[in-house]
Amino acid sequence: MYDTEKLATDVNQTETKISARNVQVYYGDTHAIKDVNVDIDAKAVTAFIGPSGCGKSTFLRCINRMNDTIDVCRVEGDIKIDGEDIYDKRVDPVQLRAKVGMVFQKPNPFPKSIYDNIAYGPRIHGLAKNKADLDEIVEKSLRRGAIWNEVKDRLHAPGTGLSGGQQQRLCIARAVATEPEVLLMDEPCSALDPIATAQVEELIDELRDQYSVVIVTHSMQQAARVSQKTAFFHLGNLVEYGDTSQIFTTPQDERTESYITGRIG
Amino acid sequence: MPLSWLVLLVLALATAGYFVGRIRVLKLAGGDVRALHSLPIYYGTNVALSTAVPALVVVMVWLLVQPTLIERSVSGMIAPEMIPEGSNLNLVMSDVRRVADGLNTAIAGGAMSLAEVEAMDATVVDVRARLGELGVALGQNVRPEVLAAAKSYRSAAVTGNTLRTLIVLALAVVGFGISFSKTKPDYRARNVVERAVLALLMAAASLAILTTVGIVLSMLFETINFFGLHNWRDFFFGTTWAPNFRGDSELSILPLLWGTLYISFIALLVAVPIGLFAAIYLSEYAGPKTRAIAKPLLEILAGIPTIVYGLFALLTVGPLLVNMFGQSGSLGLGWMSGATSVLTAGIVMGIMLIPFVSSLSDDIINAVPQTMRDGSLGLGATPSETIRQVVIPAALPGIVGAILLAASRAIGETMIVVMGAGAIAKFSANPFESMTTITTRIVSQLTGDGDFASPETLVAFALGLSLFVLTLGLNVLALYIVRKYREQYE
Amino acid sequence: MTDATQNTGAVAPKSSLHTLDARTKRRNAAESRFKFYGMVAIGIGLLMLVTLLTTILSKGTGAFTQTFVTMEVELLETKLDKTGARDLEKIKKVTTFGYAPLIKTAFEKTVEAHGIETDLKSKAMAKILSKSAASQLRNYVIANPDQIGQTIEFRFLANSRVDGYMKGRVTRDSIANDKNITPAQLDFVDQLIAVGALKKTFNIDFIIGADASDQRPEAAGIGVAMMGSLFMMLVVLALALPIGVAASIYLEEFAPKNWITDIIEVNISNLAAVPSIVFGILGLAVFINYMHLPQSAPLVGGLVLTLMTLPTIIISTRAALKAVPPSIRDAALGVGASKMQAVFHHVLPLAAPGILTGTIIGLAQALGETAPLLLIGMIGFIASNMPETVGEGLLSPNSAMPAQIYEWAKRADPAFYERAWGGIIILLIFLISMNTLAVLLRRRFERRW
Repeated sequence: MYDTEKLATDVNQTETKISARNVQVYYGDTHAIKDVNVDIDAKAVTAFIGPSGCGKSTFLRCINRMNDTIDVCRVEGDIKIDGEDIYDKRVDPVQLRAKVGMVFQKPNPFPKSIYDNIAYGPRIHGLAKNKADLDEIVEKSLRRGAIWNEVKDRLHAPGTGLSGGQQQRLCIARAVATEPEVLLMDEPCSALDPIATAQVEELIDELRDQYSVVIVTHSMQQAARVSQKTAFFHLGNLVEYGDTSQIFTTPQDERTESYITGRIG
Repeated sequence: MPLSWLVLLVLALATAGYFVGRIRVLKLAGGDVRALHSLPIYYGTNVALSTAVPALVVVMVWLLVQPTLIERSVSGMIAPEMIPEGSNLNLVMSDVRRVADGLNTAIAGGAMSLAEVEAMDATVVDVRARLGELGVALGQNVRPEVLAAAKSYRSAAVTGNTLRTLIVLALAVVGFGISFSKTKPDYRARNVVERAVLALLMAAASLAILTTVGIVLSMLFETINFFGLHNWRDFFFGTTWAPNFRGDSELSILPLLWGTLYISFIALLVAVPIGLFAAIYLSEYAGPKTRAIAKPLLEILAGIPTIVYGLFALLTVGPLLVNMFGQSGSLGLGWMSGATSVLTAGIVMGIMLIPFVSSLSDDIINAVPQTMRDGSLGLGATPSETIRQVVIPAALPGIVGAILLAASRAIGETMIVVMGAGAIAKFSANPFESMTTITTRIVSQLTGDGDFASPETLVAFALGLSLFVLTLGLNVLALYIVRKYREQYE
Repeated sequence: MTDATQNTGAVAPKSSLHTLDARTKRRNAAESRFKFYGMVAIGIGLLMLVTLLTTILSKGTGAFTQTFVTMEVELLETKLDKTGARDLEKIKKVTTFGYAPLIKTAFEKTVEAHGIETDLKSKAMAKILSKSAASQLRNYVIANPDQIGQTIEFRFLANSRVDGYMKGRVTRDSIANDKNITPAQLDFVDQLIAVGALKKTFNIDFIIGADASDQRPEAAGIGVAMMGSLFMMLVVLALALPIGVAASIYLEEFAPKNWITDIIEVNISNLAAVPSIVFGILGLAVFINYMHLPQSAPLVGGLVLTLMTLPTIIISTRAALKAVPPSIRDAALGVGASKMQAVFHHVLPLAAPGILTGTIIGLAQALGETAPLLLIGMIGFIASNMPETVGEGLLSPNSAMPAQIYEWAKRADPAFYERAWGGIIILLIFLISMNTLAVLLRRRFERRW
């Protein structure tokens, strides 16, 4: 079950985890994502940046088919994870989402105890053989979410009682608990204060060695701090994609440059 | 002067005041509206309001107070020993009122003169026959003390009415005069009128309080009367409901409460699962089209009057159940002997409550933030796992509130149980038996010719007060829970 | 799927997304089951609605048709006006018993004219008519004394058993123990049908007529009760609308935020949930026992329903006022209007459609309410004539549609049940029209800010 960690050592750092080809997304009549092609590396942090409404969150939600929950949304094109088309008829979004976890903009702990919040995923996916096993998963996940020390004495207190930053780390730990391979983060720090943001960013950097992390952010500084690769979206188009350092220092496209220098956005 | 004439006269005076006030101020300002402090209509309205409002308020107060005053002074004329065996002061007083009305009719119709009435002596004249000739029917012969009381009742009422007319008209005229004399261009008419209107608005809003006070007081007084005639211990802790006219009725609320709660329980057993699942389906699964059709259709069930459900219980569901569970029923069980039963009323009431539960739960489920669902779906939970393990627990307080509101509706529901539940008060756990409820007994004790001084009638007020307290408690609790719940997600 | 390795050339994933594991299958089955429960619940709800409506329609439409017997009646002068002076006072002295022989004779003649062979005596033939036939004849003669001596065609109501026979409610088997009708009479009815003298036709009297006594279900109508309901609704409209709007304006626009306002608000939301029968007790205790307003009068019914409807109207009016954006108020205040002027000139007109919709829905609720009316005596066989003036309509004893339906449902003769269901059809037509009007108003004037 936990062999991904062992595998990680064998894997070439530039291995492609997710590859998208000609992806189009429509909301009713609105063409929200136009012809996006992108290859996302495994074991790296990829940042999606761009002005609000540019489609970066929409594209992120395509990767674990969260857009399925919106009635008017239609996705075309191929998105493959480890070479498997995730929009194939045989794919059950439930299984997919176990593999591709997601953390949301606003911390959204369930109205349950901290323990039950973490145990929720493992329970529904049947990852624990017994109570001791589950306890172990919860502890490991909370440690990986860098929040274990803060909550270990009150695991049965409600998760909603934590501070905003703690809640968001709890949500990250919750996502980690289902043993995903990819972690999608939709502006995970936008509702947090600077100190909590720094903690979460540090955590994201640590997560890199086990998961492929894709993070949507409206903050260019954040993208620069946490990501190895950056994709710039504008008006539904993927304008530029490359190494973060290259995007921020020598952008190829003038729209990217305008955005980075603060002229648009 | 009859009341309607008096009111019309005051209103006519007020209307006249409106125009007079308007014309006067315009004339004083030399026709130049700009010279006025307020628009002309405010000067008119000021005069109209000053004329009508105090006068009409006095009319209303008078209507409320006069009967009590007269009743009190006249009932003082009837000594306790004059009350015949098996009767009481209230009954005698209603006789007095009827005779007084008869005398009034006689005088108004010109059949008797005032002097004739005053001279009438019950020991000499057969009052019943005399009034009977004039078309006033009396149930029994009139005793002298009743006639005397009736005469003074009548004359007090006449004096009162005359006084009322005079005072009210005087007030109207004075109001008219004062406001008219104040009508000058620099008079701040708008401010005065607006203050008066605000006062009227406030009065309207406080009517809600007045209604509650009225409900509580009207039932409280009669309940106190009831406990004066009947042991309160029997009412609250007795085990038998057996009213009779021999004077040894056993009137305990407990068997009625049992029937009420049992029927409500069955109703909730029907309504809560169906309503809740319907709400879940509508809010979580149904597409906009299904929702647009199914939701209003379900809500039609809530708009159907309860009398229709009552008839449905009595004539359709009851016989259907008897056909299944009765003596010669299709199942051959012989469990049910009549169409009215706990089950009949419970099932039909449950149907009535389905939309109530579903639309309340629908609102409450929709109030659960979408981010909560996203969080669960994002972890790979199926929609049903999300609903059962995240949405419902999050919405639980609100749903409990909704169920409590539905329970309060079920407990207070009248027509369905009057027609479908039966009339036998007993403690039984058999849902095929007919049982009775608090509301059913209120209806049966207060309809028909009960006299308002017997415990068998007065018990209805005690039952009503208990029902009011019970449902009020449930409502306050439910509304509190729902409000807390909503605040949590705002 | 084996192409998983093609793109990356790396290790194959631990499990393919393209194959469902057993657990997922199980979970998906649970998912479908859960969804199915939801559909079943909706289905049950809708099924109940359909059952209810079909029951009402199938059992109630019969009340709108009635069986009539048509025959020529000779208004014999010798029976009705022996003196021949056409003195109305004298004619009125002839009771309905005096008219019965005319009907019997008419029956005999009809039988003869149509060549019907029957062993029935004329008295038994006349029994198939409603007990109101003789009084119908008498009323006609009193209204048209000059017709005495003529032969005139009359349409008499048939007895409810005959009507039931026509509607399939009464059969030869079901009347084995019935004293009111015999199989021989039913044979006679069949013969009358054959010659076209007995027919089932639309019966307007059910809609506009008055209730009838226990013995004559065939003559009962809901019209007078409808007038009772109408007068009650007038009272409710005249009181509840202005008071409700005034209270809402105060609470929404002027009330300071303090504990008194809080109490009023809590009070209103609780009053909306007080059982309706409690309002009936209030009406009985205050309006009838204390203020001595006439019992069974639509005025009292209207007052009780006003108190009951007020919270509904206040709640919807406040919602309508709340929907008017504050910018409108600010604009009016900004050009120097007083707060009162801003509210009455700008906010209120904009909220009017919402208020009207709420009021109509409140009225519809009040129209269908029964329980409080039972307590203030608006049941029983009360009014037999249409009220002639507004005052009479408000003050003279009357029933109301739902109370009339309840009254019919309580009676022993099943012929009344048909009328109860028929009454419900009429009541529902009113309610549906009112609610449709409310929906149309909302659609027509709905404004999104």
